[in-house]
Amino acid sequence: MEEKIKEILAEELSVDIGEINLETNLKDDLNADSIDMMQVIDVLEQEFDVEVDTSELANIQTVGDILKYIESRK
Amino acid sequence: MYSKIIGAGFYVPDNMVKNEFFESFLDTNDEWISSRTGIKSRFFSKGENTSDLGTKAAEMALDESGLKADELDMIVFATMTPDMYMPSTACIVKKNIGAEKAFAFDIGAACSGFMYALTVASQFIENGSVRNALVIGGEVMSKALDFSDRSTAVLFGDGAGAVVLAASQEPGIIKSYLGAKDDSKLSLVLEALPVENPFVEKAEGSTNKLAMEGREVFKFSTQVVGQAIDEVLKDTGYGYEDVKMIIPHQANYRLIDYAIGKNKNLQDKFYLNVDRYGNTSAGSVAIALSEVRQKGLLKPGDLIILLGFGGGFTWGSLLIKI
Repeated sequence: MEEKIKEILAEELSVDIGEINLETNLKDDLNADSIDMMQVIDVLEQEFDVEVDTSELANIQTVGDILKYIESRK
Repeated sequence: MYSKIIGAGFYVPDNMVKNEFFESFLDTNDEWISSRTGIKSRFFSKGENTSDLGTKAAEMALDESGLKADELDMIVFATMTPDMYMPSTACIVKKNIGAEKAFAFDIGAACSGFMYALTVASQFIENGSVRNALVIGGEVMSKALDFSDRSTAVLFGDGAGAVVLAASQEPGIIKSYLGAKDDSKLSLVLEALPVENPFVEKAEGSTNKLAMEGREVFKFSTQVVGQAIDEVLKDTGYGYEDVKMIIPHQANYRLIDYAIGKNKNLQDKFYLNVDRYGNTSAGSVAIALSEVRQKGLLKPGDLIILLGFGGGFTWGSLLIKI
């Protein structure tokens, strides 16, 4: 799952997959703005068949946060 | 009998407002706004109301159609920012242009309003009830904006577009597809009068200003764009390759780009002018349609799709032969 998340981030944010690890912060390290975040979450929701509640978005900052969130809902 | 567009027009207030305008009173700047929305400027009214914008757009559309106002049988005005609850904006335009025999009413379907209004008017023509209809979409969004909210104030603009529809033996509007679903979280809201009367004390928290929860709107909008295109083409015998141009509701460049990004066959067909007008809600598709005609980008026989989505939630699309 971790690899797939990295692939999605690399594709949606146009960054090299080698730059992404679990500690990578989407906003600070990958320059994701608010629209990028909505886009990334949308793709993740479809890929992993989960629904990310808007109120939870503030807690999702790093790649590790994404992984934890999706795993907790699987 | 078919209904065909025989004239189009648009009007925006003579007051272009660039992104820099917001910098003095909001924590925002040109780079922030344009990188997230694609918007660089919009027009704000200096006093003209929705009926004034609609009247000028209607006059241009009538001029192009060759019809006189008193030949109109029907006026439909799509807006969520009417001058008044009563009389309707359509009735004010009727008076302004002298459309003596037309019946007139407003339609509310937020940013999809022009698609709803065109569909309703075309039904009257197709069933033989009327011959000529004026359909307007227009807003003075600036009067509904909370200018202390940077997430909405920068997105919208004022403007109106209009078309004249006439009965025709040749197909014009080939198919329309409308939809609505519950916006259960109220993520796109502009409140009307609160209930206040001798039995109810003054309501608290009523703002009369537009409020938006961006992510819910993003999710809904990006889902519905592809669906509305597919549904309006379904069972018509036409496919993507037959469509010359798609004119979507001009909400946000990034949103539209993401929504169509997965469909490379359609990417080049989208006409966008959100950079210059912002989101004019019910005005947006009507303004863009008139603009492409004025620029000579369409010729008779071209197939186009008009596509709206917005508050409600509502959506709609029309397949039209020019």
